Amino acid sequence: MRNSVALLAGASALAVSVFAPPAHAQVADAITIYNAQHEGLTKEWAEAFKEDTGIVVTIRNGSDMEFANQIVQEGENSPADVFLTENSPAMALVDGKGLFEPVAADTLAQVPEQFRPSNGHWIGVAARSTVFAYDKTKLSADKLPKSMLDLATPEWKGRWAASPSGADFQAIVGALLQLKGRDTTENWLEGMQANYTAYKGNSIAMKAVNAGEVEGALIYHYYYFGDQAKTGENSNNVGLHYFKGQDPGAFVSISGGGILKSSKHKEQAQAFLEWLTGEGGQRVLRDGTFFEYAVGKGQASNKALVPLAELDAPKVEPSTLNNAQVTDLMTEAGIF
Amino acid sequence: MTSSVSDIAVPLARHRHRLGASSWTFLIAVVVALLALVPLGFVIWATIATGPEMAYKLIARPRVGALLTNTVLLVSITVPICAVLAVALAFLTERTDMPGRRLWAWLCITPLAVPAFVHSYAWIGLWPGLHGLPAGVAISVTAYFPLLYLPVAAALRLLDPALEDQASSLGLSPLGVFRRVVLPQLRLSLCGGALLVGLHLLAEYGLFAMIRFDTFTTAIVEQFQSTYNGVAAHMLALVLVLCCFALIGFEAILRGRSRYARLGSGVARVAGVVRLGRWRYAVMALPALTAAFALGIPAYTLSRWLIAGGATIWRMDEIGLALLQTLTICVIGGFFTVLAALPIAWLSVRRPVRSSRLVESCYYLASAMPGVVVALALVTVTVRVALPLYQTVATITLAYVIMFLPRALVSLRTSIAQVPVELEQAAASLGRSPARALMATTVRLAAPGAAAGMALTSLGILNELTATQMLAPNGTRTLAMAFWALSSEIDYAGAAPYALLMVVFSLPMTWLLHHQSRKIAGR
Repeated sequence: MRNSVALLAGASALAVSVFAPPAHAQVADAITIYNAQHEGLTKEWAEAFKEDTGIVVTIRNGSDMEFANQIVQEGENSPADVFLTENSPAMALVDGKGLFEPVAADTLAQVPEQFRPSNGHWIGVAARSTVFAYDKTKLSADKLPKSMLDLATPEWKGRWAASPSGADFQAIVGALLQLKGRDTTENWLEGMQANYTAYKGNSIAMKAVNAGEVEGALIYHYYYFGDQAKTGENSNNVGLHYFKGQDPGAFVSISGGGILKSSKHKEQAQAFLEWLTGEGGQRVLRDGTFFEYAVGKGQASNKALVPLAELDAPKVEPSTLNNAQVTDLMTEAGIF
Repeated sequence: MTSSVSDIAVPLARHRHRLGASSWTFLIAVVVALLALVPLGFVIWATIATGPEMAYKLIARPRVGALLTNTVLLVSITVPICAVLAVALAFLTERTDMPGRRLWAWLCITPLAVPAFVHSYAWIGLWPGLHGLPAGVAISVTAYFPLLYLPVAAALRLLDPALEDQASSLGLSPLGVFRRVVLPQLRLSLCGGALLVGLHLLAEYGLFAMIRFDTFTTAIVEQFQSTYNGVAAHMLALVLVLCCFALIGFEAILRGRSRYARLGSGVARVAGVVRLGRWRYAVMALPALTAAFALGIPAYTLSRWLIAGGATIWRMDEIGLALLQTLTICVIGGFFTVLAALPIAWLSVRRPVRSSRLVESCYYLASAMPGVVVALALVTVTVRVALPLYQTVATITLAYVIMFLPRALVSLRTSIAQVPVELEQAAASLGRSPARALMATTVRLAAPGAAAGMALTSLGILNELTATQMLAPNGTRTLAMAFWALSSEIDYAGAAPYALLMVVFSLPMTWLLHHQSRKIAGR
């Protein structure tokens, strides 16, 4: 009997020691991030931040809308201090429930107005551009779609791919909804359902284009650059087409960062966002292998990228992107 | 419940004034059973909370129809292929003089050491465009046929050859003997194994997500990723659970009520082998081909990525931490699963009355729930009513207990049955309390069974992805999670070391499985 009690105690102690990093209770200088950004990027951010400030970061990985809904359900009991996303709609959802602590004014001042919501409840930390990644061996410049809307026409039947279950694609549809209204979006989704092939994940869709399975894919720009920086084996046949001309397909999506009202480490969380949007965090974007755009004032993006200013993106208000309506429309179109 | 508790109270005079050991044991068993039924209760609750109108709207839509078609096709094509393959392989390795049949038997079980999603990863490494139903069937067969091979081979080993001799002496051809005498006797193991394969097909996420084949489980995970635990996910879970019940019911009908026990004195003779003559070598093509697909493809792809990745993919700090965390949850999960299985294992051997059989069947029912449903239920319950347990090791341990308890139960029961009850009584007569007597005798002597149960449970935990991802405490990154994250970003080389480690740590446990099935058969 005593043995088994000791065993039980041992097992529990083991559990605590391996799974509870020196966060929360033990160390005051620690924050927990619900991270929907790419794991590698946030990990690099966390390590550099710790080096600069000594604050320890615990990361839980997931996806945009999963975490947004999770935070809403957790309410004031959320274990998260900071929420990082790939796109704005998830931030808009959490903000809509009044769960964000306003970002410090000094931090807000580090990022131009077009990369953050006007209410200052969260802040843009990085940006990504929509592109049409196409098979260079099959499509010449004159055969590329002029607008993202063309992809819903019968001409493009069976020729392009997307990853509709991802937050990235849903943000693109969200922008379309905001720019062109419900009817156009509905029609476009119907056309899309007739034309497209579904892949799980943007990188997998790009890989399919590269392998000649499909002629093009509507994804974000950095998957291509990331692969080129490695071996290029999934992108050497791929070209990137930027729609420009303020087309919905030229949408630039803002990755957000916010501090939860329920956080018990607000000071450290504020310090993190300040660091992230300042030289420290933006440098990782510039020098690392992630190729998302830097958004900080005076912060350059990676040299390999087409400069943000040249993309001629449409003007979209990030705080009103409505993901719930997007998923409803996509469900109605039979995509989900 | 109270009457059943007193039914099985030990009539030991000394302890009449308080609850006997078996009553306590029964109480604990009931509590564990109630915990295990949480996911099922959750699905019922979610359905009621959703309301009939909304539920109808969410279930009666084209997407659900398409998922149902996929699921039905997948199960109804894969399971029969697995069954035919398993019977053919089992017959060749157990009943013929095919050269090297011991080795082939071992190779028929080894694919279990490769997690299902690693099989998928290996196939698309070789044929990148692979997708849809044909791919799903092909990969599922190679990943899951051992689940049918194991019981069928064990049953073949135990058959009494006298029946077959009589049949052939009455003029049946060898083929006729196989069809009319051997095959019917394999019915129970075939049905059991087929049910297991079917339940795995319903529950698997990674294998199908990687080849873009949508099932209810992949759809629920997708819903979870875009809505957390939304109503649409709950309703998909309801349909999935109904599919599981349909499978269980179907198996019960197919199994029938016939008896297959051998009566009469003495023991069955060891069955002789069929002499294949000049076919002896040719038949090796079947196990060789199976092994080429089920082991060759993973081995080829893995080594290709490992070589391509070179030294840079071995980021020892990350891999080391993932390994440590994985082994820790394996040990904790395995330990508590065995602990939870102990009461009912003891009861089912020592007090096999109706009430304990009822409790036992609760565990089997609960473990038939797919991991995604278990996780969805525990997430919802902990975030809403048991917040201190939210995102803790305790919750994920409970999920493992629910999912893997039968594995521990089967091993424990065999061991406990071999301990004479007189030892417990002697210990009690020497003045130990019932619980202490139990601990000092049966529990100690059942240790080998407990160890085996723990190993089999750990094997399940090691390769578990869906529930772990949804329930793990903040900051956790198991081998399976790391593998999945890297391969989702098509860093196939970076994912290779994690796959390799999962296989390496699974191998000894598959060997144990092999060994155990031989031991049960007495050879």
